[in-house]
Formats: sequence, C-alpha cells, structure tokens
Amino acid sequence: MREISFRVGGAAGDGVASTAESFARLCVRGGLYVHTYSSYQSVIRGGHVWAQVRAGEEPVLSQGEDPSLLIALNQETADIHVPLVTAGGAIVYDDALSKLDGLTPRAGVRLVKLPMNATARELGEPMMKNVVALGAALALLDVPFAPLEASIRDVFGHKKPEIVEMNLRAAHTGYDAIGTNGGSLGLGIPFGKAPGRLMMTGNEAMALGAVAAGCKFYAAYPMTPASAILHWMAANGPKHGIVVKQAEDELAVINMTIGAAHMGVRAMCGTSGGGFALMVEALGQAGMTETPIVCVLVQRSGPSTGLPTKTEQGDLNLALGAGQGDWPRAILAPRNAQECFTATVRAFNLAEVYQTPVILMSDLYLGEGNRTLEASQLDFNVPILRGFLVEENGDPKGYKRYAFTESGISPRVLPGTKGYQYTAATDEHMENGILISDVLAGVPAWIEERRRMMEKRMRKLEGMRHEMSPPERWGPADADLTIVSWGTTTMTVREALGRLAAMGHTVNALEFFDLFPVKVEETQEILEGVRKTLMVEGNYTGQFAHLLRAETGYKPDHMLTKYDGEPFEPREIVARALQVIEHGG
Amino acid sequence: MAVELQQYKSEVRPDWCPGCGDFAVLNALTKALQFLQLPPWQVLVVSGIGCSSNLPGFLSTYGFHGIHGRALPVASGAKLANPEMTVIAAGGDGDGYGIGAGHFLHAMRRNLDITYIVMNNEIYGLTTGQASPTSEKGDKTKSTPEGVIENPLNPLALAIAAGATFVARGFSGDVRTLADITTRAIRHKGFSLVDVMSPCVTYNKVNTYDWFKQRVYVVDKEGHDPKDIHAAMAKAMEWPNLDGKRDRVPTGVIFETDAYPTYEELDPTIRRFGPPVKQKLGVESPEEILKQFY
Repeated sequence: MREISFRVGGAAGDGVASTAESFARLCVRGGLYVHTYSSYQSVIRGGHVWAQVRAGEEPVLSQGEDPSLLIALNQETADIHVPLVTAGGAIVYDDALSKLDGLTPRAGVRLVKLPMNATARELGEPMMKNVVALGAALALLDVPFAPLEASIRDVFGHKKPEIVEMNLRAAHTGYDAIGTNGGSLGLGIPFGKAPGRLMMTGNEAMALGAVAAGCKFYAAYPMTPASAILHWMAANGPKHGIVVKQAEDELAVINMTIGAAHMGVRAMCGTSGGGFALMVEALGQAGMTETPIVCVLVQRSGPSTGLPTKTEQGDLNLALGAGQGDWPRAILAPRNAQECFTATVRAFNLAEVYQTPVILMSDLYLGEGNRTLEASQLDFNVPILRGFLVEENGDPKGYKRYAFTESGISPRVLPGTKGYQYTAATDEHMENGILISDVLAGVPAWIEERRRMMEKRMRKLEGMRHEMSPPERWGPADADLTIVSWGTTTMTVREALGRLAAMGHTVNALEFFDLFPVKVEETQEILEGVRKTLMVEGNYTGQFAHLLRAETGYKPDHMLTKYDGEPFEPREIVARALQVIEHGG
Repeated sequence: MAVELQQYKSEVRPDWCPGCGDFAVLNALTKALQFLQLPPWQVLVVSGIGCSSNLPGFLSTYGFHGIHGRALPVASGAKLANPEMTVIAAGGDGDGYGIGAGHFLHAMRRNLDITYIVMNNEIYGLTTGQASPTSEKGDKTKSTPEGVIENPLNPLALAIAAGATFVARGFSGDVRTLADITTRAIRHKGFSLVDVMSPCVTYNKVNTYDWFKQRVYVVDKEGHDPKDIHAAMAKAMEWPNLDGKRDRVPTGVIFETDAYPTYEELDPTIRRFGPPVKQKLGVESPEEILKQFY
C-alpha cells in the first residue's frame, strides 16, 4: 500500500490539531483512507502536542509508526521527532521556530527550511504558519493546489473575504516554496477524485448511532475523552429532537438519564472512567428498576485522574463489576468507527428489549481518532426494538410491572398511561412493585419471593447472552499462533497479522467485541481449535484475560499488555509475536 | 368525572411510626392533588431513600423510588422527557440537603417545573438517629453524643439564593396550611420547594410537635409579601441561623415569583419539538446529518 504518515508538532495553542484535521480531510477528499492520532496533554497552552495522520490508498488500520513527513512548529518537536522521520520523507521546519543543529535525521530525509513564522507575521496572523506548512506538505506530496484552496474557502468562507485571501496567500507561499526546494517527494500517493467518503471520530460515530436509534435524551458532564460526544450532541441534537443536558456531576447525569428513560424516551449518557465510577450506584438502580439506558464509557489512562489525554483499556473490571449485588448488564466494545455506530444502535435495542443498562466501551484512541468511512457503512434505516411495551387502552386490571415471566422480561408501561400506575423501586419489590424490603423481608413467604425476583431479573442475562456474538476470527483458519484482543486493539492486531504473514508466519486473530455476557460454549469451542495464544490488551493486569479465564476456563499462553498511555503500534505486536514464535515465550 | 381523594391512595399502608409527621405530608399532598383534580396517571412522584422517601409507594400515582439523594436528577430527567406530566420529588433532609445537596442547588437554579417536598425532621430516622444537615447546634444524637458542633443548613435561604422561584415552609401539625402551600407549589410554574417541619417522634426528642407549636407562625398573617425577595430572605434567616435563635419559626409561602420562564420553556429541543416522549423515532434525512463529515 502506498501511504504517508504526516506528523505535525508544536505547543498547545499552535493549532496542531486543526492542521492535522485539515490535512486528513484533504486526504479523504482526495480519495485516501486516513487514521489520525493526536498526542496531547492536559494543558491549554504550551506543552508538547503532536498529531499524526496516516493516509493510504487502502483502509488504514492503525496510526502506524514513524512519520514520513514532519512539520516542526517548535524546538521540542524537532528534538523529539526529527530522528524518527523515515527515509524518503521530509522535515519541514523554520529556523525561527526550531534549529536542527545537533539533531540526526536519518539518511535520505529531505530538510525543507521554510519561513513559516515570518510569512504568517507578514500577513498579520501568526497562527497562519500552519497554513504555510500545509501548503508545503501538499506540494511535497504532489497534490494540486485546488483542493487546498477549496478547503480554505470552506473553512473561512463565512468570514471576511480578506481572511480567505490571507490564508490563500499563506498556503501559496508554502506550496510554491517546494518548487525551489527540490519539488515533490515523488512518493506516488494517488491523490485524485473524491469518491465521497466520510471522516469522523469514534465519538461522532457513536453520536450518529444514537441519532439513528432514536435517542431523545443525552446527558453528560465534561470529561476527556468523552466530551466530543457532548459537543456534537449539543450542536446537533436539538435538530434531531434530542434534549441535551450538561449536568452538575455524573451522579446527576446518569440519574437524569434514568429519569428520562423511565418516562419512555431512549436515553444515553457518556463519560470516561472517573465519571463512570461515580455512576456505579445508579447503574445498579437502572438494573433494579429495569430501566433501559445506554451508558458510554470512553476509557483513558487510569488509575484515578491518571493520564487524562492518553488511552487505555483499563476500565473493563470497572464496567463488569459496577454496582452492588448482581444485576443483568451487557457490555459492547466496538472495534472501529463503523461499529461505534452499529453497536450504539444495538445497545439501545438490547437495553429496551431487556430493560436494563447497556455499557458501550471505547477509548481515547478510537473515540478521538478520525477514521474513514463509506456513507454506505452508516445505515440509518435501523431496526428499533422497543421490547415488551404495554399499549395504551389495554386492560390495566392486575397489571404487574415486574411480573414473573419465562424470559424475565416484564410488561413495561410508560408513565402517563391511564390506569397502570405503579412505583418503580430500588428496594427489592414484588411483581407489582410494592416493596418487600421494609416489613416483609425475611418473612418466609417473601424469602421465596425475593429469590424468584432475583432469578427473574437474571434470566434476562441469559436472553442477552444469546444475542451476543462470539469472537470473530481474522486470518487463516489454522494457525501456529492466535492473537487474542478486544475492542479497539483488534484493528492494530490485524495490521500486525498482515506483517507476520508477509514474513511467512501463519498467525491469526480472535477479536472480541461483545464482551459481556460471554457466549461461553461458542467461545470455548473456538478456543479448543487454537494452538497457542498471545493476549494483547491495553492494561496492566490483563483484565480481559481474567474475564476469559473466569468464563471459559481458558488461560492465554502469552501476554502483551501496555499501560504507558500510548496506543499499541503494529511493530510492538509483531515483535512480541515473533518472540513467541521463535523463542516460545 | 371528578377524582376522589381515595383514588390517590395506594393499597399499601404507610409503615411510618405512629405519629410520624410524614402522615400529614401524605395527606396534604393527596388533598392538593385532588383539589387540582390531577389524574393520578399524569403525576409522577420521585423519591430517594429514607423513611419519608417511601411516600411514592403509598400513592396511586406513577412513582419512582430511587437511590439515596438522587430524587431531583431523576425527576429532572423525567420532566425533560415528558414535560406534560406533573413531577413531584419528595424525601427527607438527609436525602435532599445532605447526600443530595449538590443536586438540590442545581435543580433550583435550573427552574424546571418540579415540586420538591422535603420532610425535614432534623435527624436521620431510618438509620436510627444520627445527626442530619438540619440538626441544630448542640443536638445530641447517636453520631454526636456530645452535641452537634456544625451549623444547621438553612434550606429556605439557600433556595432563594440558588434561584428557586417558589419557596415555602410547612408544618405537619398544621395540615390545612400545608395542603394550601402544597397546592400552590404544584400549581406554580417553575421549581418549588416545600420544606416541611415533620417531627420524628422516635429519634428527635427536641424538635417535637409541641416544640414547633410554640414557635411556628404563618407569614401571610403578618403581612409578608412573598414577591419581595429581600423580605423573603429576611424571613428565611429567622430560623435556623448562626445566632442559634429559635424562638420563631416562619411557615407559609416565603418567596414566590412568576417572572422567570421554566427550563423546559427555554430548552431548544423541547421548544422546537414539544415533549420528547411523543416524538417519532428514526431519521428522515441521514444525508443532511452526514454533510458535515465530508
């Protein structure tokens, strides 16, 4: 695959993220697939921020590794990234911003000195140094100027014409400078007609999934890396009938979501680990009152405040164990942006059919990273399954909200319906909702009733289990080594598989995305057919490996865990796999 | 056909201690609902945890008996989803002013059209008698055997400061005034707080019916103008306060204003589409939504 890894670095406030996003969007419009990764810090100005856009002619599975084209907007960027640029690539720098003295670029890397800063200052807006750089980058890649001009007109079109002009001049300065600096890199990246693909983050794909599923209430408290869902919902929700509420804390967030869902709207909330920890008690409340809610958990590095701007898969135990006592829950972990959309739709249907919370787990890596999608991958014509809802005008006599049924699913009435009044309770209750906690607990007849009510609720877990997918196998059916992973790590593993295959190794993968309840027998059957396994997951203790062992009795042979805040690179997985293949561990 | 008082009561007999102040609150609430002729199925009563939070189960309206301290956010979400329902939150002083105090402040500044009835007995009853946020300085309880050394929280003053648009205090020993206040609170468009001095006959041996009877007075009768926010704040500060003066306890409507729109009247989605619960699900033109991603 012909590809480029474009990396831009500077300080927070230098416009690094927007430069990367503009570049990525230009690539998608030019027919390339992209995958973006932003490395930033918990600071508003200063620090060291960089972003990588990996663009290729085929779908890009991971952020990749070293950059082939670097734009250094400050000295720190040069110091850290200049030695990483791959042969055949280029470094665009401005000695007013960073000096390369004493740095050791690899052989075959072109150094392009460009007066980004001076040009921007002459034009009157220092931030425009990014636009100069963007112009240069496109010229290095042999991309015609027209798409950049169109993009600038798109972005600044609503502002004064002078601003558009200024930006165009900045872009031209950078673009034209490459002509006298050796011309394009000649990488042969096919940049052509736009096939009409989309670029979006996992967070945005989840928001779209919620819209498609008929979500009418979204609540959140700002928390990286889940905030973008709130931002998208706040900007777009009201157009689609979604009430969007930023609440005082995550306790209010989930309790409002439960209140809204109780009344009958499809309701969702989103947060990261810290906020999810606050939601724990109320999740159990939804389980006990049998209220359908969807709760999004976009993981970041813990423990505690941890690394707020870094990724991890460390909250699986939290999601599995959230809440006192046992209550039925489902946990879905989409692998990619398309699944962020489809899993959100499924989450709403599971929640309403089984009248219980569904947790959607992604992470900073997928939540904040841009991916390329075909419009056809987002089918808004989705099934909306509202479950066992009692219609208006029925006979309310003898109605029992929590009636014992074979499936454990009881008839749900939306408040406002005439004649069916009941009280949903977090105390243990009878079929009609009346408490058995206060004056009946421990009275012999009610000991039995409590047992039956627990079993009724937990039967729903078995129903959900049937609806879960077993892990998907990727690669050859028979392999010497099987790499096991879950959620967002699966895509990077796929890329590693390709590289291992190219080296002549027979390796396949098992990808878990429906995490809980576990489809035990099917999973066991699949695991019986594997020779040796390497579990790859982004946490310290191997949380999924523990789940797998607890549910199926299977213990992965080897582990590769990562908890430094950075996403897996394909080469790390390849190296660990080779270690297992060649040295047995 | 008129709704009878009996139609608001459920088959469950309240399990409160004989003489508990909460009986009067339940009576006043059913009287208010009947007076307003609200069909029971168009009323949702939300509570948290505590003796008083058992109240929804004793009514035949829709109810949600949630976890400790979270009645207001559940009620808020419910009201936003279906603004046509009459939504009432109820609970105790520990539930609302202790563990749920954060929500209390924010619910008031939001001014959703919700009525919040707090059965304030200045003690934790269900957990058998520990100090509560409204226990007065010096009160000896199981958790403060040498007496409370914190100042009591003043819910009425807090409510006025936080932006509640209807603030009242009732007393379980005066059901007639309490029913009147509750009626006005439910009818009020916006957030209404009804703080009810509801004696705990088992664990609070200080703030008894007699104690209150010697101190309460109805502010209307002394010419109080509830539209005057400064006069209202002065009334609210009569008790409890830092001085520990406890000779007079004002009851009645302390503050009331209809000058401000409710949250649901301002919400951009509800304004455009009406009650979310009545909307059609599904998307008509996905192309329109996807435009921003090209």
